[in-house]
Amino acid sequence: MTRLEALRAVYPELERRVVVTIMGAVAAELQSLGHRPSFFYLQHAMGLASSLGLGIALCRPDQQVVVLDGDGSILMNLGGLTTLARYRPRNLVHVVFDNESLLSVGGFPTATSTGSDLAGIAAAAGVPRTRTVRTLEEFTAAFGEALAAGDLTTLVAKVEAVGPAAYVTDLTLLENRYQFQRCLRERKGTNA
Amino acid sequence: MPVSVAHSRLIHDALKACGVRLVSALPETWLVHLIRFAEEDPDMILVRLAKEEEGVGISAGAHLAGVRSAMLMQNHGFLAAINGIVSCAQLYRIPLLMLISHRGELGEKDPWQTEGGIVTEPLLSALRIPFARLESPDQVAPRIAKAQTLAHSASRPVALLLTRDLMWEEA
Repeated sequence: MTRLEALRAVYPELERRVVVTIMGAVAAELQSLGHRPSFFYLQHAMGLASSLGLGIALCRPDQQVVVLDGDGSILMNLGGLTTLARYRPRNLVHVVFDNESLLSVGGFPTATSTGSDLAGIAAAAGVPRTRTVRTLEEFTAAFGEALAAGDLTTLVAKVEAVGPAAYVTDLTLLENRYQFQRCLRERKGTNA
Repeated sequence: MPVSVAHSRLIHDALKACGVRLVSALPETWLVHLIRFAEEDPDMILVRLAKEEEGVGISAGAHLAGVRSAMLMQNHGFLAAINGIVSCAQLYRIPLLMLISHRGELGEKDPWQTEGGIVTEPLLSALRIPFARLESPDQVAPRIAKAQTLAHSASRPVALLLTRDLMWEEA
């Protein structure tokens, strides 16, 4: 499975929710499928997408928040998994695309390539629902189950180490930031 | 423990008075009462962190979601959070109110706090983060309110240094 295939498969669900992504390939690929005002791309601060998603989820319990993380990013903030688990926002689904490498800086292998198990780490941190999936069918089904479960989920999707040709898009960082903030302000509850 | 309960209460009340509804924190000696007040306050969300940098992400999320927040941390926690401050809060113009206990200044007895004490203010200046020191109880409410005002008007991090004279009552 490629990350782009996975994103395309669940895009109709993402469109309706508050989405926070990490930098690089995930941000560029999601934008290639169609930007929405409810999508925020944290284009730096590696590791903090899950923390930012937690902040939104705690402050807006009426919204369902999806964080699109990566193995390199979450490895920089493993302690954050314990904070996520501690506050257990029922309205947060944490997807980790695990390509076992730091793709955007040249493909250096991460520790998941030598056996570190991110779903296992999340489970041991106390995240109530965790799973690792390897096929598009498994991912699509598990993501749907996570949205329906109404509990904190970390879903690790093993994906191929391939990404887009370019990472910079024509959506500037601050334009995205203010548009997203305005969208959240105007949005009524959808997490029925 | 000679951490000032009364002054901690003043700080908590001042944060509430300027609309802060979420506090992220990592415990340290001078902050124990502040963290307890936040935890006991039904109008406040307390997020206990594993590392201070997480708090930058949480405050950014809270801001984008329309909630005012503050970070409580020691100056060594500020050192640990710098990448997040620069590449999240400053890059994305997030108003970030940081209350930093300023260990390692004159009167510090713990040798391990001294290096951090020396570099804190120069680092704040290098990062172009406006800051003010809270040294006496009469400064608490007005300076917290003014720091919050500047953080929002500038859309940038602003720091308040909680000093020994304010936080510690010598036995």
